Amino acid sequence: MERAVTSGARIGDRPRPKKNYLNETRGFKSWALTVDHKRIGIMYLVGTLCAFLLGGIFALLVRLTLLTPAHKIFGLQVTAETYNRFFTLHGAVMVFLFIIPSIPGSLTNFVLPLMLGAKDVAFPRLNLASFYLWIVGAVMAVSSMIIGAVDTGWTFYTPYSTTTSGTVTLMTAAVFVLGFSSIFTGLNFIATVHKLRAPGMGWFDMPLFVWGMYSTALIQVLATPVLGITLVLLMLERVFQIGIFDSRIGGDPVLFQHFFWFYSHPAVYIMILPGMAIISELIPTFSRKTIFGYRAIAYASVSLALVSFIVWGHHMFVAGQSQLATVVFSALTFLVAIPSGVKVFNWLCTMYQGNISLETPMLYAISFLMLFAIGGLTGIFLGTLSTDVHLTDTYFVVAHFHYVMMGSTVTAFIGGLYYWWPKMTGRMYSEKWGQVSAVIWFIGFNATFLPQFILGSRGMPRRYYNYLDQFQPLHVFSTVGSWIIGLSLFMSAAVLLASLRKPADAPDNPWGGTTLEWQTSSPPITHNFEDQPVLENEPYDYRPKAVTH
Amino acid sequence: MDWLRAWMMPPQGSEFAKEIDFVYMALFWMSVLLFLMIAIPSVYFAWRYRYKPGRVTPHQTHNTTLEVIWTVGPLLLCVGIFFWGLNGWMKYSVAPGESMEISVTAKQWLWQFEYPDGSRTINDIHVPVNKPVKFTMTSEDVLHDFYVPDMRVKHDIIPGRYTQIWFTPTVLGPHNFTCAEYCGKDHSGMKGNLTVDNDADFAKWMETGGTEWEDYFNGKDPKKTPADWGKITYERVGCNSCHTTDGTKSKGPSWKGVYGSMVQLNNGTSVLADEAYIRESMMQPQAKVVKGFDPIMPTFQGLLKPNQANGLVAYIESLK
Repeated sequence: MERAVTSGARIGDRPRPKKNYLNETRGFKSWALTVDHKRIGIMYLVGTLCAFLLGGIFALLVRLTLLTPAHKIFGLQVTAETYNRFFTLHGAVMVFLFIIPSIPGSLTNFVLPLMLGAKDVAFPRLNLASFYLWIVGAVMAVSSMIIGAVDTGWTFYTPYSTTTSGTVTLMTAAVFVLGFSSIFTGLNFIATVHKLRAPGMGWFDMPLFVWGMYSTALIQVLATPVLGITLVLLMLERVFQIGIFDSRIGGDPVLFQHFFWFYSHPAVYIMILPGMAIISELIPTFSRKTIFGYRAIAYASVSLALVSFIVWGHHMFVAGQSQLATVVFSALTFLVAIPSGVKVFNWLCTMYQGNISLETPMLYAISFLMLFAIGGLTGIFLGTLSTDVHLTDTYFVVAHFHYVMMGSTVTAFIGGLYYWWPKMTGRMYSEKWGQVSAVIWFIGFNATFLPQFILGSRGMPRRYYNYLDQFQPLHVFSTVGSWIIGLSLFMSAAVLLASLRKPADAPDNPWGGTTLEWQTSSPPITHNFEDQPVLENEPYDYRPKAVTH
Repeated sequence: MDWLRAWMMPPQGSEFAKEIDFVYMALFWMSVLLFLMIAIPSVYFAWRYRYKPGRVTPHQTHNTTLEVIWTVGPLLLCVGIFFWGLNGWMKYSVAPGESMEISVTAKQWLWQFEYPDGSRTINDIHVPVNKPVKFTMTSEDVLHDFYVPDMRVKHDIIPGRYTQIWFTPTVLGPHNFTCAEYCGKDHSGMKGNLTVDNDADFAKWMETGGTEWEDYFNGKDPKKTPADWGKITYERVGCNSCHTTDGTKSKGPSWKGVYGSMVQLNNGTSVLADEAYIRESMMQPQAKVVKGFDPIMPTFQGLLKPNQANGLVAYIESLK
């Protein structure tokens, strides 16, 4: 298939440079001690994808356990304790080791400096330190699973978490360390965006991906310390019984929930804003049309980041916070819908009258639009007080946040990975099989999680080992869906890895993108650009060059 | 479209259920509409404006009118939904003054209920139909959550605090309740049965423990003895929290071997533990206090029904 490239945006391919960031230096040390944002991005990518695999295995185990009320996996009996560990580790690994660090650490690390026309991030050593903290956190988390087990759920609610046996202290210490990794990354991006933009690039000339990641970084820096403090208190409570969260020694378990969600609600936006940031790149590129409502999308990113700090109480409508607080948090929660809607409508208007080709990244982007729509709209049921009383703590919530975390963020992450893969590796992958993987992903995702809305609204609580027999057909449906998701991810891995076996063949700008990362070679040279790029056009300018000059 | 609601929601067991289901279904159809407003254009545009080499796309940067419409429109919609949800939630939050009050103590992994007359049950409650009932709940260990899907009510239960829910059941028969806040190993096994009775059945259940004992009280169940009924009563009214039946000392004297023995009292005298003494100890516990124990037992005058008192006497007699 001939590559679809618009005339105006195409950057003519120069001869491929012999040296690039991948082959300029060789050996383990050249990677382990690198301060190149691109290499750190690649290492983050490998690390977080390993975490994704681990979390995914736990997800399949959770679904297999629930396949029948007998709870047997290939004849092996899964006990309630084992099941509780499965879902705890699935949640903790996916949230803290995969989704939060994945897009910022891997894709953003790689492309953000390129998009700004910079040589690297503002603090390259801090960037490497962030990656090593991630490694330390990952090692601690995995050892907590090997030494003992954690069965608290990823939310670590007290007083269960302060009284249960198991390696909760080690797991929370791991999350504490991972928090610092996240803070370092966020700090780095904020400084980079402020100080290292190319000459001529004002704030409103930045790609929207950068706006999204800037908003994400603000949350990482401002919210994550609260999680750190909370987890330190939790560890002190476990070890020294100081009486902050356990009512038997004078504490208050609801206080923990306030502290926890004060971080973990903004953390939801640490997860979704990068997804939205990627979609804001994919849609104009594959529609070959300027983004519609640039400023509206940029402001929507920042306002989502700000609103994310004042809605944490919506996790606690029936958890024992004051009734006034509940009412106020419900009202504030609806604010989230506004900027989310603004983004979706602007993306649709970008597609209107575009010149749309459906390469793999665009298929993932369109999947994102639909899955995010479902995830967002079902949030309204949970923000509405009267219906939330019935739906909270059921599978409805499980389905809702999987549509947002996985259906939206992970979909965008995979789309972004396909989008920047030629830039990162210099290789084109099999377009056909990439497209097939996107279609299977969409089918598998909906098969897995649509039934869970019904399970929830019919009254099946979450984190349940035993369920009423009437729920089994929906559980079977959901479990089969999880295998389809697994198949799609396996295909994506095969498609991308297979591309590495052939020589570099990717053009500098395979999709006809307009942002600066497409102006350098694929893969880029170690210092990113031969000459300092200077921004001449507004971002996403798809007018033919003759018109602009 | 009632089949759709019936498929998506549990049976409607209370007034709340009808109101909440109505809001739910309204939000459902609104969501379907909004989803189609997003899904149809995204697919249609991808087809209608599919790639053609060389086509130049228009340079549409923004449209302030559109931005205002899709900011203000959803905002107004959200304000409306918020107040609608608030309206239903206010009713859920405030129990009517005349509600029957049941105390709930949750612990890993069972439910204890206590009725106003002091009777207690485990994992099993009966309530009268069409009368508001209020649950005042606390936990002995970790967080739990009392969730009755058919009634559409749910609230966390917190150690060291008291939380409340209420509802007015409208549909006779059994309904499930379950724990909805993760509480450890047997979280999913922490469930029970709520039965909504008409007034006569409810009164009978309070009197006799329900249909299981009906034959016994009518003299048609020779397998059950008065002592069996006494043992149920011993657990239901909570005698077991102070008196053991195996001889070990608790807050009160053990019942083992008491019947027919000479009991030393704290005023230096002793008394024969016959039926009259045992009845007096239930109704006027301060009259004769056993040596070595504090006078802490409350009176059960008016709390124990005659058949319960008879059963307890028979049960104590069976322990000699």
